[in-house]
Amino acid sequence: MMAQGDGAALGGFDYSNCRRNQMLEKAGIKLDRYLKTGTTIVGLVYQDGVILGADTRATEGDIVADKNCEKIHYLAPNIYCCGAGTAADTEAVTDMVRTQLELHRYATGRGSRVITALTMLKSHLFNYQGHVSAALVLGGFDVSGPHLHTVYPHGSTDTLPFATMGSGSLAAMSVFEAGFREKMTKEEGMSLVSDAICAGIFNDLGSGSNVDLCVITKAGKEYLRNHMTPNQRVITKGYTFKRGHTPILSTKIVPLRDRVDVSEGEAMEE
Amino acid sequence: MEHTIEAFKREESLGARHSGAAAASDGKIHIERTQYPYVTGSSVLGIKYKDGILLAADMAASYGSTKRYKSFQRLKPVGKHAVIGASGEMSDFQQISTMLDELTLRDQMWDDSNTLGPHEIHSYLNRIMYQRRNKFDPLWNNIILGGVKNGKKYLGVVSMIGVHFEDDHVATGFGQHLARPELRKQWRADMTLEEGVRLLEKCLLVLYYRDRSSINKYQIAKVTEEGVTISSPFAIETNWELEAFQNPTKNAEGSW
Repeated sequence: MMAQGDGAALGGFDYSNCRRNQMLEKAGIKLDRYLKTGTTIVGLVYQDGVILGADTRATEGDIVADKNCEKIHYLAPNIYCCGAGTAADTEAVTDMVRTQLELHRYATGRGSRVITALTMLKSHLFNYQGHVSAALVLGGFDVSGPHLHTVYPHGSTDTLPFATMGSGSLAAMSVFEAGFREKMTKEEGMSLVSDAICAGIFNDLGSGSNVDLCVITKAGKEYLRNHMTPNQRVITKGYTFKRGHTPILSTKIVPLRDRVDVSEGEAMEE
Repeated sequence: MEHTIEAFKREESLGARHSGAAAASDGKIHIERTQYPYVTGSSVLGIKYKDGILLAADMAASYGSTKRYKSFQRLKPVGKHAVIGASGEMSDFQQISTMLDELTLRDQMWDDSNTLGPHEIHSYLNRIMYQRRNKFDPLWNNIILGGVKNGKKYLGVVSMIGVHFEDDHVATGFGQHLARPELRKQWRADMTLEEGVRLLEKCLLVLYYRDRSSINKYQIAKVTEEGVTISSPFAIETNWELEAFQNPTKNAEGSW
């Protein structure tokens, strides 16, 4: 049997407190709720490259924690990654791969390839056996063309022409399956991706607010933060009556307190 | 909403000593009520169009993960003015069909030149479903009912716990997640028959691609002022020839 602390030394998580945690939960201790990104994230390959899309709502249980968070993460000048699942996990894992890719670029003297990012992500996630709850849509354009992959929390990956992940993935996938064609133009692609994210925003409770887009081609990237804002807050006074709307029939002014005029001596302090 | 088997099993441990449980001679408690569905049908879709109502469903009844029956008719006319489609446990659907047949027969026997309209049949269904739910012995179905009477179109849903409402377009099962978003975007009140059928076929195709318990064999039911017609079975053309699917790891040699 391993002594406590050996788990950390071997890499991966140390599970020696699990039984204690189960017992505590049975005794009634409530565990902290962590920030999840309910989410609709999508990716699509069109004739010139890849378009990634994401909504901007982050939830903590039933509460919206962040109305305008960024779910499209930078990995390399030509590679971006959308993340669904636990916000901390997606941030940490994409940040880690971003730094590894930069060092790799210096070491090799070449631009990063999408499959490099893919392999780094899936190896890390598999090592943690699904406990790092990050579901990703990885897209980019490198020397061998445009690529789009999905990465699941347990470490499996798919290579697809169009993909959706997150709680709104079914709503977005129905839009994609109905509308996807091969070799779309940039306008068609952006319009289909926006439609898919909007389907997630308006039909899934875990997704909401705005649409972020990222278009990656051979020439470079176009990061369109808040490309669409279909949920703007409407600020009103609550009424729309103008002055003079109501006719005044009569006026009577009643002073609430008698005026006292001081004739001699000093005035009393108020 | 569909209810998960896990949630219902939790209820069972609470309700074991209440109605529906009988202590047999061997001392064990025998539970005599529906606990989980066995032979199930998948989604049903329904929309209103210019002249009436369209309902669509596939013809599969699955036994767990086996597609056991591939010619099961899940759409059924009710009287002269309405049609129902059901997903969930198919034996309960057959029971409901029998009840509705008795209802319409009694109505006919009054011989008062008035027939039950879709709203009345929906109310009857709502009461049945809710009362069974109160006895912890539900009819495990999610039912769509559509009809036209005196020029008025009616489209309603009722679930296994008695939740019911009316809308311009409805769906059960996976259709709620995969078809409803498309229907919300594309539906219009003045659609012709062709446009309505095309919209339903688009949604059925998405369901065939993404719902594992559906098959490519459908029926569409049409209700207008003239009456109810249920089409003969047909299939929809699918496209598996996307270039990107031919060799997915072409640019990712050694990827697994």
